[in-house]
Amino acid sequence: MEIVKPISQYLAVMILSPLLPGVINRVKAFFAGRQGPPLLQLYYDLYKLFNKTPVYSRTTTWVFRAGPVAGVAALVTALAVLPFAGRPSFLAFDGDFIFIIYLLGLARFATVLAALDTGSAFEGMGSSREMQFAVFSEPAFFLGLAALARITGHTSLPGMFAALTGDTWRAAAPVLALLTVSFFIVLLAENSRVPADDPNTHLELTMIHEAMALDHSGPDLGYILYGASLKLWLFGSLIGSMLLPHSGSWACDCGLFVLLMLCVAVGVGLVESVMARLRLINVPYMLITAFAFSALALIFQMGRPVKG
Amino acid sequence: MLLVLLSFVILLASAVAALCLGGRPSRAQDAGAYGAVAASIAGLIPSVQTLLSGRTETLSLPWPVPLGSFSLTLDPLSAFFLVPVFTLTALSAVYGVDYLKAYSGRKPLGLVWAAFNTLTAAMALVFTSSNAVLFMLGWELMAAASFILVLFEHEKAQTRKAAFIYLAAGGAGALLLMAVFALLGSGSATLDFSSFHSPSRAAASAVFLLALCGFGLKAGFIPLHVWLPEAHPAAPSQVSAVMSGVMIKTGIYGIIRILGFLRPWEEWWGWALLIIGAGSCVLGALFALAQHELKRVLAYSSIENIGIILLAAGLGVIGVTRGAPELAALAFAGALLHVFNHSLFKGLLFMGAGSVLHGAGTAELEALGGLSKRMRASAVFFLAGSAAACALPPFNGLAGEFLIYAGALRGINFPASVALAGVAAGLVLAVAGVLAAAAFVRAGGTVFLGEPRSERAAGAHESGPLMLFAMGALALLCLVSGLAAPFLLGPLAFAVSSGFGPLYGFTAGIQGAAPLVYVSAGGLLLLAMAAIAAAKRKVFLRGKKPAEGVTWDCGYAVPTARMQYGASSFSQPLTDFFQPILRKIGQYPVISEYFPGKASFSREAQAVFYNELYAPAAFRIRELAYRFSWLQHGRLQIYIMYIVVTLMGLLLWKL
Repeated sequence: MEIVKPISQYLAVMILSPLLPGVINRVKAFFAGRQGPPLLQLYYDLYKLFNKTPVYSRTTTWVFRAGPVAGVAALVTALAVLPFAGRPSFLAFDGDFIFIIYLLGLARFATVLAALDTGSAFEGMGSSREMQFAVFSEPAFFLGLAALARITGHTSLPGMFAALTGDTWRAAAPVLALLTVSFFIVLLAENSRVPADDPNTHLELTMIHEAMALDHSGPDLGYILYGASLKLWLFGSLIGSMLLPHSGSWACDCGLFVLLMLCVAVGVGLVESVMARLRLINVPYMLITAFAFSALALIFQMGRPVKG
Repeated sequence: MLLVLLSFVILLASAVAALCLGGRPSRAQDAGAYGAVAASIAGLIPSVQTLLSGRTETLSLPWPVPLGSFSLTLDPLSAFFLVPVFTLTALSAVYGVDYLKAYSGRKPLGLVWAAFNTLTAAMALVFTSSNAVLFMLGWELMAAASFILVLFEHEKAQTRKAAFIYLAAGGAGALLLMAVFALLGSGSATLDFSSFHSPSRAAASAVFLLALCGFGLKAGFIPLHVWLPEAHPAAPSQVSAVMSGVMIKTGIYGIIRILGFLRPWEEWWGWALLIIGAGSCVLGALFALAQHELKRVLAYSSIENIGIILLAAGLGVIGVTRGAPELAALAFAGALLHVFNHSLFKGLLFMGAGSVLHGAGTAELEALGGLSKRMRASAVFFLAGSAAACALPPFNGLAGEFLIYAGALRGINFPASVALAGVAAGLVLAVAGVLAAAAFVRAGGTVFLGEPRSERAAGAHESGPLMLFAMGALALLCLVSGLAAPFLLGPLAFAVSSGFGPLYGFTAGIQGAAPLVYVSAGGLLLLAMAAIAAAKRKVFLRGKKPAEGVTWDCGYAVPTARMQYGASSFSQPLTDFFQPILRKIGQYPVISEYFPGKASFSREAQAVFYNELYAPAAFRIRELAYRFSWLQHGRLQIYIMYIVVTLMGLLLWKL
């Protein structure tokens, strides 16, 4: 019966992740004094897109069609590695977070190539910026996870998160807080949220992720939107798992974890409501801040006795 | 062992045959290619056997050369380097038959094949010889053969310059290596590797440094890389594949062998390797991002990958000296596995660049575009190779890097300095990985995707069947060796223990390498998920007829291909950020009239190390040498007198 747990966790991720953008949008609407789109808007959009007939540019080739498929496959695979509520999924091994980083790299590689396949300057611009920000966010992300490994003495994600008990927090609260902030900044940039990018604007010059998806339509766009929500879940769940208090009971932890994920979405919505988008040239500096936080956490932790 | 000898004989015989048949290009091609393929098969059999059994074979023949002996050793380390040599040689030869056809009658193909087969023989000799004199013979033969191949297009001034720099680097390297072997062999009757004994501490460090520079000049890590991005692109593409794929690995092999002669190791050697590797890794990827020619992008990517290998070796040395055998085992295994993987995907990529050159007549990024329409198969193979080079699952690049990461993460539970080495290594891999991804997306995107940017690109044609076969085989190998990486662990363990010492051959580390199985499982899962997503997409599209249109152009009426993002625009945000390192120089006109006419704009990344370090140094040296030019006057009698005086001096000193 143990196998039921990872399967139901995995299904929960697959089903619940499109809820997160809905929550963000509702929070933003609340702050703007609007009513906002329904909470389940992304589900409606996906349903509609999967049933639409796409339009393809004559410039595009198989790369354009394969991009969304590869992107969503990479994320679905990454979520099969990612722990849920601090509990392992199907694949958990020493250094599994490295594999996740490279799966995210694959998703980026596929999306960017598909965008370049259209031969449009907008998409070229979006992909260029996507790669630029990745250069700054990925090291911050790696360093943050390495610091977490040093703190907990484990190198697999479930191991790290299982070791993050209340005692660990009491012993290393400042370090863990730094890491949480660093992960949150990386989340904002990697998921094209304000202040790195604006998912709402229709002015192409300011967009990154949206600009890359300009020419996609129908099921392809559906895959891209679904993949984006999975990615948001992936980064959000790192923060959720860090903050999760362990009660010991699986059902209780899972419920709490989903609640925490919604809180992360609310947090993203809050940031988007109170902040303006940064100028593009300042985004790298924001990510360097995240990198510095991760590095500081690691340096603080280096001085402590090793655990595990 | 006899098969290795047979392989030498076939290679040299076919080289001579190709040279003699130079008048009839197609015959020369046949002789060279059949010889290379047959010799590769003959060489692969004993190499694979050695890797599977872990046994060491030796052969010694009389050779009346002072200090020398014709002794060959085929141990798992040699075999591990020989497998990619022979694999890539065979496939490059197949590729070369089609590729060189276009040059038939214009270029001496017989000489090209003779040099190519000699190059392979020389590399095989370097990897198997166990006597320093024989080793140096192979080493110099390798340099000479590749020098001829670099000069393939000698009518271009740039090529001649590249070849000259290459020659100078090779000569300097060989000089340092002679010093290394002299120090190691001092006091013994022969220069057999088995008679070497580790010198005292200070001398050992000197040997290490000399070897690092001497072999480094061949491996091409920064700052000893200046010849590499000039020479590799100049050679015919299948030769670039061999040079970048396996020839630069002779430098890595040499460093490993020399480390084997020195005991005990010093910790700072590890740090030196780690820091040089890290610099080479990050700067190589960064320079690759700024290049405008496809083969130069690939050459800089080779510098990056050599950096990765060196970084891993350094991490391993630190692990050994700090008593972390598992860390060391994983790092060494990662370094060697990356040697193997890099040879496959870099061979593939250079062949892909060759196909672009062959099909479109240029490899300038800004003149290409949209080739995947006219060169479908080549595009698939090149993009697969790019994914492998960026270490993306499910391809093979990740396997080696994952082992290095696994080793680095082992360090995390050690005291701060070891942990620092581990984290630094991992961080560098992450940074270089994403920079390399940017470089490859940029190169692959501008060459194969979008609309053609020039007439040449619009009229490109697909490569011949033999070229496609060679690329397809390598692409398949990249995928299979990625998914089957856990099966390579056995041979890898033999190679590591024969190269670095039995302690690190996974007796301790096999447990740590186990996650590689999960990475492969993840790769399979990824393929399955992609298949499901693709099938689901088919279901969604069933019964629908997708419409065709133009790319959305914001309502602009006359879009042209020149409005696309080009290679420079793609990398501009990053290259601007790293301008202090890249030092790009731009040229653009100042607009002074109200209706300016034609304008041009160019921006070029500088060869920073050549311009800022080597060119001034060479200038100083030439100035200094000029002062002593009176010693060189061309009068034979006085030269003989120099010799006599030197000999007398030595005699007196010995008395």
